Amino acid sequence: MSTMAAESVHSAPPAPGFAVVRATRTSRIALTLLAALTALLASLPWWAEASTMRTASEFLYYLALAQMWNLLAGYGGLGSFGQQAFVGLGGYALVVFSLKFGLDPFFSVLLGGLVCGVIAMPVSKLLFRLHGAYFAVGTWVAAEVFRLLVANMSWLGGGSGVSITTVMQRIDDWWRDAATLWIAIALGIGSLLAVFLLLRSRLGLGLTAVRDSEAAAESIGISVPRLKFWVYVIAAAGFGLAGALIFLTKLRISPDSAFAINWTITVVFIVVIGGLGTIEGPLIGTALYFLLRDTLSDYGSWYLIVFGALAIAVMLLMRQGIWGFVRQRFGLELFPVQRRLRLEATAERRP
Amino acid sequence: MITLLDTLVQGLLLGGLYTLTALGLSLAFGVMRLVNVAHGDFMVLGAYFALVIMQTLGLHPLLSLLIVLPGMAVAGYLAQRFVLDRTLGRDILPPLLVTFGFSIIVQSALLEVFSADSRRLDAGDLVTASFNVFGDFYVGWFPLLITVLAVAMVAAMQWLFARTRIGRAFRAVSDDQEIAQLMGIDHKHVFALALAVASACVGLAGVLFGMSTTFDPAIGPAHLIYAFEAVIIGGMGSFWGTFVGGVLLGTMQAIGFRVDPGWGVLFGHAAFLLVLLFRPSGLFPRTRDQ
Repeated sequence: MSTMAAESVHSAPPAPGFAVVRATRTSRIALTLLAALTALLASLPWWAEASTMRTASEFLYYLALAQMWNLLAGYGGLGSFGQQAFVGLGGYALVVFSLKFGLDPFFSVLLGGLVCGVIAMPVSKLLFRLHGAYFAVGTWVAAEVFRLLVANMSWLGGGSGVSITTVMQRIDDWWRDAATLWIAIALGIGSLLAVFLLLRSRLGLGLTAVRDSEAAAESIGISVPRLKFWVYVIAAAGFGLAGALIFLTKLRISPDSAFAINWTITVVFIVVIGGLGTIEGPLIGTALYFLLRDTLSDYGSWYLIVFGALAIAVMLLMRQGIWGFVRQRFGLELFPVQRRLRLEATAERRP
Repeated sequence: MITLLDTLVQGLLLGGLYTLTALGLSLAFGVMRLVNVAHGDFMVLGAYFALVIMQTLGLHPLLSLLIVLPGMAVAGYLAQRFVLDRTLGRDILPPLLVTFGFSIIVQSALLEVFSADSRRLDAGDLVTASFNVFGDFYVGWFPLLITVLAVAMVAAMQWLFARTRIGRAFRAVSDDQEIAQLMGIDHKHVFALALAVASACVGLAGVLFGMSTTFDPAIGPAHLIYAFEAVIIGGMGSFWGTFVGGVLLGTMQAIGFRVDPGWGVLFGHAAFLLVLLFRPSGLFPRTRDQ
């Protein structure tokens, strides 16, 4: 194989006989497949039924949520149980911008993400005083506070919520479904690529160091609090974007549905089962979740019981999740973020 | 004046219930640094357990405690010994995630078996009876009983930790698990006993809660949060601190409800956040995080 795709980490040329590589044949195939899949999804509005597009959108926003929670907990060490706060705030930001201020609803989704990123900044200052389990439950309390605040605002419909049907009715049917799907694609595939690129960047190297040992990372000059701050803000913006999109498709929002802990529960299980701290894991977990939900759709909440039990089993028996197991067993990586040293077969051996 | 007094007493009585719920959480965290996310759902489980016993055996809810408490203790012991013990370690996420799994399983299972209808453990006149203190000021017997019981439980817990053999083992594994092991303490058994006591405690809280108001399968998480807030406000590892935290939370909620019914719970959260802002380790911290 040529070294064309190999990337050099240092600015100096690599020593002869060695190459530092990240891309592999598998990863190139994976990226090509991902591009093809994206194109296929983007073309759905021209040939698929509305129900297919809805399922695709739902899959994609769950994927986005899962990627963002994975970034938080798997890489940033921030096990938050309160991410539903940003699903809800994103959803309500959509209501405020599109219904109250009369802005374009699709543009409002973008603003929803922005608002959540900004709100996350002061919130993180308070929550970062807590560590570990305290942090997890503390984020949950913060989400409850937001839910109760919104429920007390009669301007936003109070506890019974508000509908954005009037806004969406003004938009042409085909365009509405298509734009929703495209935003979902941008979010789902975008979050996957964003985490992928983020981890390959300087920030990603820092995150990996922090994940392995906070003390050691700090001692080589990484500002751990700043790193965690940005991870939290990025994840909040991601959850906000997804939240705004979710309620764009649902058309009706209420504090109980928007700030439901179930958003976080589902996403946590998806990531844990698929593989915490892997980029492929959320993809596999989301697929498994949809499969399970469809298979057990006639049995009420049994799919949640099965899903929860599966997450416990994974935690006990193979802590790295399905993809972590695959990676360990077969050395397979679809979206490689590590650097590997490879000996060049054609290079001269040094004595 | 009466209104103010009434609100404060309401808060105290509510705080008693929160303390009972929070004690188990405080205990499990103090001994093995475990935050049981399913704690609130265990409480609801206790209430449904009593409901089943009442319906099948026709017992009074208080008598059902004779079966509920040992049952919850055994469930807690088994959960710790065979599942949670394998997740405890330096990484804090696994136990959180596994108990998160417990939480959703208990909730969904209760929903499947008992539906989403609100239930209540009927205890007759005991719950509605009240006595006149002076003028128009009345206090309910049952809330008073719960609060007295909460104080008694805090004292009992303190005694258990300070004076008994198992309490000494609890403190030993809490301070240094490895040294405790060297001294011949079977830490797995001790941890399991801690969750057994914690589960029995929360079972008691569940039955009393079920007698005083209605419950359904979905209320667990809200009570986990109240219990958690009580523990954090009081400071981890201090049982009297938990009592103070519970009472402070209850009082703030009662004041909030008085201001506007929609603000009660919010006032409680605000108190919690304020404590967090100014005293992140609570009012009376005892156990240090390692």
